[in-house]
Amino acid sequence: MELDLSIVWFGIIIFATLMYIFMDGFDLGIGIVMPFVKSNAQKDVMVNSVAPVWDGNETWIVLGGAALFGAFPLAYSIILEALTIPLTLMLVALIFRGVAFEFRFKALPSHLKFWDRAFMLGSIITTYCQGVVVGAVVQGFTVEGRVFAGGQLDWLTPFPLFCGFGLLAAYALLGSTWLLTKTEGELQQTIFTFVPKILCLLIIAILVVSVWTPLTSVSIAERWFTLPNLFLLAPVPLLTAVLCWKTFDSVKKQKETSPFLMALMIVFLGFAGLGISLWPNIIPPNISIWQAAAPKESLSFMLYGALIIIPVILAYTFWSYYVFAGKVKEGEAYH
Amino acid sequence: MFEFDAFLLARIQFAFTVSFHIIFPAITIGLASYLAVLEGLSLKTRNPDYKILYLFWSKIFAVNFGMGVVSGLVMAYQFGTNWSGFSDFAGSITGPLLTYEVLTAFFLEAGFLGVMLFGWQRVGDKLHFFATCMVALGTILSTFWILASNSWMQTPTGYEIINGQVVPTDWFAVIFNPSFPYRLLHMGVAAFISTAVFVGACAAWHLLKGNKTGPVKKMFSMAMWMLALIAPIQAYIGDIHGLNTLEHQPAKIAAIEGHWDNADGGPSPLILFGFPNMETERTDYAIAIPVLGSLILKHSLVDPIPALKDFPKDERPNSLVVFWSFRIMVALGILMIVQGFYSLGLRKKQRLYDTGWYLKFSLFMGPSGLIAILAGWFTTEVGRQPWVVYGLMKTKDAVSAHSDLQMSISLLCFFIVYSLVFGFGYFYMMRQMKQGPLPADAHDTNSHEISTISGRL
Repeated sequence: MELDLSIVWFGIIIFATLMYIFMDGFDLGIGIVMPFVKSNAQKDVMVNSVAPVWDGNETWIVLGGAALFGAFPLAYSIILEALTIPLTLMLVALIFRGVAFEFRFKALPSHLKFWDRAFMLGSIITTYCQGVVVGAVVQGFTVEGRVFAGGQLDWLTPFPLFCGFGLLAAYALLGSTWLLTKTEGELQQTIFTFVPKILCLLIIAILVVSVWTPLTSVSIAERWFTLPNLFLLAPVPLLTAVLCWKTFDSVKKQKETSPFLMALMIVFLGFAGLGISLWPNIIPPNISIWQAAAPKESLSFMLYGALIIIPVILAYTFWSYYVFAGKVKEGEAYH
Repeated sequence: MFEFDAFLLARIQFAFTVSFHIIFPAITIGLASYLAVLEGLSLKTRNPDYKILYLFWSKIFAVNFGMGVVSGLVMAYQFGTNWSGFSDFAGSITGPLLTYEVLTAFFLEAGFLGVMLFGWQRVGDKLHFFATCMVALGTILSTFWILASNSWMQTPTGYEIINGQVVPTDWFAVIFNPSFPYRLLHMGVAAFISTAVFVGACAAWHLLKGNKTGPVKKMFSMAMWMLALIAPIQAYIGDIHGLNTLEHQPAKIAAIEGHWDNADGGPSPLILFGFPNMETERTDYAIAIPVLGSLILKHSLVDPIPALKDFPKDERPNSLVVFWSFRIMVALGILMIVQGFYSLGLRKKQRLYDTGWYLKFSLFMGPSGLIAILAGWFTTEVGRQPWVVYGLMKTKDAVSAHSDLQMSISLLCFFIVYSLVFGFGYFYMMRQMKQGPLPADAHDTNSHEISTISGRL
């Protein structure tokens, strides 16, 4: 049997998206929780904990976008056209947030407050828009032939707007638990008090989305609530529940690393849940990955590169995290 | 003639965002290699001046790089949001090329940038040098892929069209399409030249202020050597690139030359100045030198060059724009060659660092490379119109179906955000450049202070 390149590429895009959610998730999350930290020195530590790696983290969303463009041009053109408004807002927010990393340290003292706000608001708006995008994809698009036939405000419905809040909670959890591993002393204690509150919000969001999604789509309800799927997929919600409980527990015991690992797994399961709901559609509700795929000449050409280069990328990314491992101290030198 | 409909607004938005964007990578490409050279020399000679220059320029590099990343992100998504017709039609070619750019270049730059900027105390000298080299390599690979993609849109080869969509048949032909080698060389060298005049202007400013320290002189000297060596080479590359365009995109050449008619069948003049008029189909107030056009482009005294009237009216690029953008680029190029040439004479007389008029001239030339790059890109991109993929898809068929109102708002939004953000970025970069390279002991004091602080905590 010939290798199904559409599935392979769908897998690679899922992988890139997941890497993005994990990695930019925690550095966006730092911006989300920053408004709750008062001292400037502590804010510096928070930003410094990701300053050497944020750029690499953000590159995964560029890979996701580029690979979608190359492997599923139809999906890229329809989804992006349909979601132009939230995506443009996201880009603008990312611009402010991205330059704030550099500008914070170069700014005149009187500008500092502005770039701090740009960093916080930029992170919050970016995350919210990404949540809206995810919600809108679940909700689906109106397509006629090969063109988007819906309206530019189709995404502006309660479900996507709610998903925005859900993702804020998810990234805030990743960001705050990441900070537990990178900070110490007073700041770390402050963050310890954040984590359970954020987790409560996230649990509420997960519950609401889990009830809401099957109610909006018959096919998603069938996917989860028919036999044997009901039993096969039961581990997803059960494991999530166990992990949430474990996270509360490890925060209570003041563990530094395990909350972050649990948070990663909770977010992974949430993401997997979405994937299970949508498979095999790439433009819900009707267009499958095979209908949207690029010609096999494109898919195979890209695959050589991806298979050789992605492991190398992972290796040096890991190395870079290793170089900057350890706690970030207050007043530690920027470049 | 111009109606501000969604289509025109989408084009303006693309031109605006891509013009802003290209400035940053151009300097990033040049500075990354410059930093690699500085660090290499520092390791080899142990002369502290190189390390001082490295630390100085790496800060400016960081600001510039950050702006390049975020403005580039906009580009990657704009194809889909505003040009969905193009994405669906040609995504099978430009998408994989962009994916290769991300895989081989963006990750490499981002992965090693952290170590390059923050890693001095955490890795050894050689490993740090390696990180700098990887960032520099990343910028060059990035240039390779994005120019392959752009060149394919100019001179597409290696494809078939099946069911209204491009299907790649030969990837080697796609990447190494006819205009690619020329465009890659021309743009690569342009990035180095722009950086040389930019760095040179910074040094000239300090020299004019009387800040004649070793590192500042070294900075000026290196920049002027670079300029003297590669500016003339760029003129040659530009010439062969032009001949390549003549072969593959004759309408663009006709528009650049403002040449309308070959009815007389004789050799073509070179129009130095004039105002091509698309309505009346002539070039007003033209100052022309007979036969020179044929001589330069055809290396012949009799063969005419392509004329705009050879092409249907709706397939002619706007001659007024490309005629002038091309001349701006060439004029600046000539000035740069002059600047490089004079540096050799002054150097011989040992007057390079204290000839006032020359330093002022070098300061004035600081942005010339970037302006020339913009002018060059306007020439080649406007010259490709009305096509988005030359001969295959018209630009008007590529655009997404957004409303006039939506495109107006989004253009306004980008205009305000870019002016604000990149305005500040420019201001911080200038401030950093005015500070000048700090002597080595200043850095030591600095890090000493910091270690005391963290020790206390």
